Amino acid sequence: MMRNKKIWFAAMPLALVHILVLGARFFAPYDPAQQHRDAPFAPPMRIHFLDARGKFHLRPYVCARLNQTTSTGSPRYAEDCSHVWPLRFLVSQEAGVFGAAPGTTWHFLAVDAPGQVFLLGTDDYGRDQLSRLLHGGQVSLFAGLLATGLSLGLAMVLGGAAGYFGSWLDDGIMRVAEVFMALPWIYLLFALRAFLPLNVGARQSFFLLVSVIGLAGWARPSRLVRGVVLSAKQRDFVRAARGFGASSVYILRRHVLPETYAVVLTQAALLISQCILAEVTLSFLGLGVGEPVPSWGNMLAALQKYYVLENYWWMLVSGLVLVPIFILYHLLADALQARIKPSGSPEMSSLTPQRLRVAI
Amino acid sequence: MAHFLTQRLARALLVLFGVSLLVFILIDLAPGEYFQEMRLNPQISRETVAALRTQYGLDQPLPVRYGRWLRSVSRGELGFSFAYNSPVWPLLKRRIGNTLILTITSLVCSWLIAIPIGIRMADRAGRWPDRISGIGVTFLQATPDVLIALGLLALALRVRWLPTGGMHAPDFSETEGLGGVKDLVLHLVLPVLALTAGMLPVLVRHVRSAMLEVLDAPFIAAARGHGIRRYRLLLGYALPAAANPLISMFGISVGALLSASLLIEVIMSWPGVGPMLLEAILQRDPYIVVAVVLFSTLFLVAGSLLGDVFLYIADPRIRVE
Repeated sequence: MMRNKKIWFAAMPLALVHILVLGARFFAPYDPAQQHRDAPFAPPMRIHFLDARGKFHLRPYVCARLNQTTSTGSPRYAEDCSHVWPLRFLVSQEAGVFGAAPGTTWHFLAVDAPGQVFLLGTDDYGRDQLSRLLHGGQVSLFAGLLATGLSLGLAMVLGGAAGYFGSWLDDGIMRVAEVFMALPWIYLLFALRAFLPLNVGARQSFFLLVSVIGLAGWARPSRLVRGVVLSAKQRDFVRAARGFGASSVYILRRHVLPETYAVVLTQAALLISQCILAEVTLSFLGLGVGEPVPSWGNMLAALQKYYVLENYWWMLVSGLVLVPIFILYHLLADALQARIKPSGSPEMSSLTPQRLRVAI
Repeated sequence: MAHFLTQRLARALLVLFGVSLLVFILIDLAPGEYFQEMRLNPQISRETVAALRTQYGLDQPLPVRYGRWLRSVSRGELGFSFAYNSPVWPLLKRRIGNTLILTITSLVCSWLIAIPIGIRMADRAGRWPDRISGIGVTFLQATPDVLIALGLLALALRVRWLPTGGMHAPDFSETEGLGGVKDLVLHLVLPVLALTAGMLPVLVRHVRSAMLEVLDAPFIAAARGHGIRRYRLLLGYALPAAANPLISMFGISVGALLSASLLIEVIMSWPGVGPMLLEAILQRDPYIVVAVVLFSTLFLVAGSLLGDVFLYIADPRIRVE
């Protein structure tokens, strides 16, 4: 029971994050590509509950922004609390302002028309960082999830086949796995990415990324799955099934692979953060999903310019959100591992190198 | 020892061969190549492009190209870069040196810092120094390298104590002797700091857990009972016993550092192999990609080989096997 609690403690916030990101169109105040040309690099707005006279307002508000940019200088803003815009929740807005489908859309948060709300500031085109963060999560988090799924799927099939059928198949698959593991993982990602098309649409490059990251990560979990399968196929119930004339595919599916689920689940929690990181890294370096579609990696790419890095800390926000997410996945992996361990599979000890890769 | 080494070397060569083959197959599968861009240029005729492809042997089938490349490796050229119009090795030589300076410095720094911290944490396991460092380690571990590097760079840009970016000051060619070394060291600080910070949490964790395991052993209790001083006990008795898993970590840490250094090099514009690889990918310059990927494998393999040798020296049981 205690261990279950730990799992929920990590899983609930993660689920919340994913819901926020999935519902980005609802939760984000703006379209991620909508540009506010009058407000480049606007800092995050403060949410006020108390006004200047110290009176408490149940409905929080944001102040208007005074643009103090000189003709040559970098953007500079000041709060002007003589104009305030109360935050409105659950409002319907006429869409179609920016290429979106006509009709009304519901937004979780908005302010009345001439006012603007940038809770996490804006970027160089005046695009709302909060909206980009939520929409970018759709790329980054789900690229991570899908790539993990692909890696583990490959690991189950290849590791399972190698362990179960043995002989030349085992040798062949494990040799290839060795080659994959001989490469430092970013170099492996690059090598896989290097020879795929560079300038493709956002959707294509998303799936390209998923397959590259998924392919890069299959080797280590395959080894683990193979180990579990090797010990599982010696178990009495598997021998009995074989004695009754069950086919290999049936035994694998029904008796052997279920034994690997525990390892695979723990691996998943470890791999996901690595895969998210891979997406962020590739997009940051311009090899992933490109503008104008936001991803957490290409949002950070703006910081490669020193003047942005020096002046606008809120541009780091898509990197900062990774820290709590990785900690939560780390806790989840720990809790899962602690829950699985008592059943005593010797393969768990070989998890440590994987851990290292996750961290880096 | 000799037998052990040759066995490992043969294996390493086989892996290198496998990696080169893998990368070549990837090139072959991929759409697009260096000269494709030229085809879009109306000023270059189709015949010219075709002639260039023949000249560089791109019209040959995969086995032939691979054979040619192997021959060029044996000549020490490592293939030909279309973008630089030169053999790869002279281009790569300096870059590799720069990457090695960065990576080896960080490797030494991170181990030198991780060992005392890990020992200290294991010694105080469960008490507040251990807990606080534990929280710090978790946070640092969850912080992506990109963020660490960008954060450090932002800090340096604000404070302006350290040079940001590059490997030498612009007037480097005029400085001589000791001044040059000082310049290099100053430029090294930021990237090494970033790499060490990324590497540290993992190493600390491993040192701590390896030490904890040993500190539970009866011989430590016995030594403690004999009144051996704490630091002598930790460093003279426990650490050597805990060395085995740490030595096998050594090879892995080399690979991890290489991966991290690619990113750090790009962010901090360190003139190593990282920026070169990125450029080559964007320009579709295949042989540079192959060479850089092979170099990274070679370095990783060398790291684990070194780890094996250390293990061989440290653990007599392995010698018997």
